[in-house]
Amino acid sequence: MKALLISFVSGGVFAVGLGIGGMTQPAKVIGFLDFAGSWDPSLAIVMIGAIAVHSVLYRVIRNRPSPLFSPTFSLPTRTDIDARLVGGAALFGVGWGLAGFCPGPVLTSLVSGNLPAVIFVVAMIAGMYLYKLIEVLRLRQADAKNKSTASRLVASASPVRRSHDDY
Amino acid sequence: MENFTPIASLIGGILIGISASAMLLFNGKITGISGIVAGLLSPTKSDTLWRATFVAGLVAGGLILKLLSPQGFEIGVVRSGNAFAFAGLLVGFGARLGSGCTSGHGVCGISRLSMRSIVATVTFIATGAAAVYIVNHLLGGGL
Repeated sequence: MKALLISFVSGGVFAVGLGIGGMTQPAKVIGFLDFAGSWDPSLAIVMIGAIAVHSVLYRVIRNRPSPLFSPTFSLPTRTDIDARLVGGAALFGVGWGLAGFCPGPVLTSLVSGNLPAVIFVVAMIAGMYLYKLIEVLRLRQADAKNKSTASRLVASASPVRRSHDDY
Repeated sequence: MENFTPIASLIGGILIGISASAMLLFNGKITGISGIVAGLLSPTKSDTLWRATFVAGLVAGGLILKLLSPQGFEIGVVRSGNAFAFAGLLVGFGARLGSGCTSGHGVCGISRLSMRSIVATVTFIATGAAAVYIVNHLLGGGL
């Protein structure tokens, strides 16, 4: 219960931070990405402020054996740079630049009465579903391949990676 | 630089940093919004509630902002509904394929000095800037 209250309040503080920082205004986000136009560095200042606070507190918090309301920390462990990371970030950036919305600000804008925010959220969730669907098909194919190899070699098939780190 | 809001953006950024730090200190979670939302698409008993309450908090925070300063939600650019839909699809798909978005990679990952997050952030700022260049300087600013 306490953990859920923290989640709710953190979500609220995150949203208010985005709003005060100007990130719920697509024109300001696009203004940051418009290096050849009248550049608006506000987004960089939001990131610098957030990173300045979190990079210090992250190190302090990680010195604890565990979080306060949960038995363990859930942190990403991967360190490899692969094509999926770069390709995914590239696609993400194009969508971000076209609309000036990314997941946090657009969810914060969901009840603002802006139809574009609603359209974007529906499409974003559809995009996430599409990814999930492709991933399921891909893993199923890999599983089938593994099984046939295993039966031929009578060796244990290498486990298929089921997930990569989630942010 | 006429629209630059350094003080408000610094305060906003500090609040985001505090929020992400509270999620880590109390719940042990990384505040990556796309990951939190995507987790809701594959519900598991132990995991769904904190994700749903975080998203509910985001929406509630938006409601408070809306009541205090409605101009904070100005779109300010010319885009059709189809353009928003196409962009949303790319953002949702790309965030999953690339394991994160502006919050997970850009704020939390860079704070942890994760090389993956630094590469992802540089990449999406670069392709975002390319998209904006094409729209603003080659297509006349609207879509």
